[in-house]
Amino acid sequence: MSAFVDTVEQKEQLDAVLSDLKVVKGSLMIAMQKAQEIYGYLPKEIQERIAENLSFPLEKVYGIATFYSQFHIHKPGKYKVGICMGTACYVRGADLLLKRVEEITGILAGQTSENGLYTVEATRCIGCCGLAPLITVGEEVFGNINADDVNRIMENYKE
Amino acid sequence: MPTKASAKPKASTKSTKVKDINLKINNIDISVPAGTKIYDAARKAGFSIPTLCYLKGICNDGSCRICVVEVKGEKNLVTSCYAAVREGMEVFTTTQKVLKDRKITLELLLSDHKVDCPSCPRAGACELKTLSNQYGCDMNRYPGKKNEYQIDDSSGFLVRDNNRCILCRRCVHMCNKIQSVGVIGVNHRGFHTDIGQAFEAELKDSPCVACGLCINVCPVGALTEKDDTQKILDAIQDSSKHVIVGVAPAVRVALGEEFGHPIGTDVEGKMISSLKMLGFDKVFDVSMAADLTIMEEGTELLHRLHDEDAKLPMITSCSPGWVNFVEYYYPELLGHISSCKSPQQMFGAIMKTYYAEKFELDPKNIFVATIMPCIAKKTEILRGSQATADAQDVDAVITTRELARLIKKASIEFNKLPIGDWDNPLGVGSTAGLIFGTTGGVMEASLRTLSETINKKPLKDLDFKKVRGIEYIKEASVDLDEIGKLNVAVVHTLGEARKILEQIKEGKSEYHFIEVMACSGGCVGGGGQPIVCSDIINDNIDIPSARAKAMYSKDKKSGSRKSHENPIIQEVYREYLGEVGGDKAHKILHTKHKKRIRHP
Repeated sequence: MSAFVDTVEQKEQLDAVLSDLKVVKGSLMIAMQKAQEIYGYLPKEIQERIAENLSFPLEKVYGIATFYSQFHIHKPGKYKVGICMGTACYVRGADLLLKRVEEITGILAGQTSENGLYTVEATRCIGCCGLAPLITVGEEVFGNINADDVNRIMENYKE
Repeated sequence: MPTKASAKPKASTKSTKVKDINLKINNIDISVPAGTKIYDAARKAGFSIPTLCYLKGICNDGSCRICVVEVKGEKNLVTSCYAAVREGMEVFTTTQKVLKDRKITLELLLSDHKVDCPSCPRAGACELKTLSNQYGCDMNRYPGKKNEYQIDDSSGFLVRDNNRCILCRRCVHMCNKIQSVGVIGVNHRGFHTDIGQAFEAELKDSPCVACGLCINVCPVGALTEKDDTQKILDAIQDSSKHVIVGVAPAVRVALGEEFGHPIGTDVEGKMISSLKMLGFDKVFDVSMAADLTIMEEGTELLHRLHDEDAKLPMITSCSPGWVNFVEYYYPELLGHISSCKSPQQMFGAIMKTYYAEKFELDPKNIFVATIMPCIAKKTEILRGSQATADAQDVDAVITTRELARLIKKASIEFNKLPIGDWDNPLGVGSTAGLIFGTTGGVMEASLRTLSETINKKPLKDLDFKKVRGIEYIKEASVDLDEIGKLNVAVVHTLGEARKILEQIKEGKSEYHFIEVMACSGGCVGGGGQPIVCSDIINDNIDIPSARAKAMYSKDKKSGSRKSHENPIIQEVYREYLGEVGGDKAHKILHTKHKKRIRHP
């Protein structure tokens, strides 16, 4: 994985957030959310900066980051592929969609491909059960599909 | 600055006005103060409730669900360690419903627990095993997927086997709340939840200070010390080695617990006999080296008091967990830490220099083993600048628990042993050195020597009661001729020590000399001491104080209560070291401390 680098602008933004939140009790998660807005994810370097500035052990930050699925520790791929594992999707064969996505991308759910193209996630219910089973790519939703449709959909996200 | 307790009485008269709550536990009437947990109220009424997570003053998460009870009118069982009493409540602690529920919970815990009791070092004191046995659990009741974790034995002092972990979180609270270190925590969620370090780093790459208190609170065998007993057995077997063992003060007042003695029994004589039976060539008392520490540390303090540029307050360096803590978390304050080696390291250094020379032995053929109440001592022997005679000062450290294991392994019938005596010539320490094993002991030993050597007259009363006891931060002032008033403080646990360091950082500290011990109660409560069942802790029994009492009563009766009057110490300086705090003493008995990187 490539080393973490941030822009001067990003750094300034985070510094501002942290200096504001330093004096606010119970602001650790807010800081983590804002940092993720700035960077898109929470790499070790950023978690260390949050921990140092808000006087928490790094493990505390890491524990929270790994508890909530909304926080990302690894840089997400260009295309975030979500497979809904909610009950409706699940009973209509979401596991087959997931298996196919994993075959196509060569990675397992929760991972990011080495070329930085894909991040695959098995998500909880995203609230459009009428379309079950479904996958999402970025903001796009593809519903009422089967495994073979997945191949067709993924053709559009190859580079 | 040093806050006075004058505001306290007012607060306490106020609190007595709070109305007591009346309730029934198993049909017995009882009154307890509002806010009391059902668990504690039940104990007061004489009913013990099992628990695997609740630990008074440390852990109150209600995560294990073993302590459930039935409350009249409540649909569900109530977690007694978490729920507070209410007026008129009727609690039942052992109904069929309660017992059945606890059994299921235990069986669920066993379903994701590596049940390898015969090879688990904790088997004898495992709370899960004891309870499962009492409740007649079927360990295969819920077959299914088990988590599989890699064992982390990277550190050389502690082994974490998460396959045995039941996620009670006691260790997490010990590390975060009591020690303020926070190197371990709860990671991930659901079935994948585990206890570990940030970014799954190995323990050796984490800023763990090695206090080992997490081991003492673990109800199962997920956390254990790194067992070094084989190193000792190998050395004893090796005929080319002269094997010396030094025993720390706190070991003798705790070892007996492993052989059925009540907490606070002094088993020094039997312990010495057992060490001789194990085959050590010499059995010495590390209290002797504690006396050396008093001489060197006292002299260093006087130098600092006379030097305008020197850093004050000076803080003790005997507790390696504490030294690790400062190196990781307050490197900017390292100048305040005394340059003295700890008694263990002074002991090793003297063995490989003075003792080697006196008995014409090659230091390389001397194997120095120590028995310590401490886990961090295992890290200390590997520190830089701790190899005076081109050989490591101390070769292997085992804890009180490991010594008990060795004795049992050798089939020595401990309780039938005769009373043995320390070997000469370096066997005997003063009881000032002995009380090093408890919070306040180093300070008291220091004050005895400083007062007498500076004021040049014998002390009428050798007891410095103000520095004794279990209070977290104790203060005292002593008048010393030519120096004036010496303000001292005594602190134990790292969470409390952090407060003292913050004071120094802000330039608000008015102390000259501070004793810090990393563990609760000092070495008597060290991370290498016998495991005490949580039932006893939850009964408000102060274990460190009970052990310390055995030391103080020995000190009271002793004829040798001052380090500077220990004839052996006088001889070592006269024959070998020269001046106290002089060049040679510095070379052999002092060391350097350095900043450490927290997350490499």
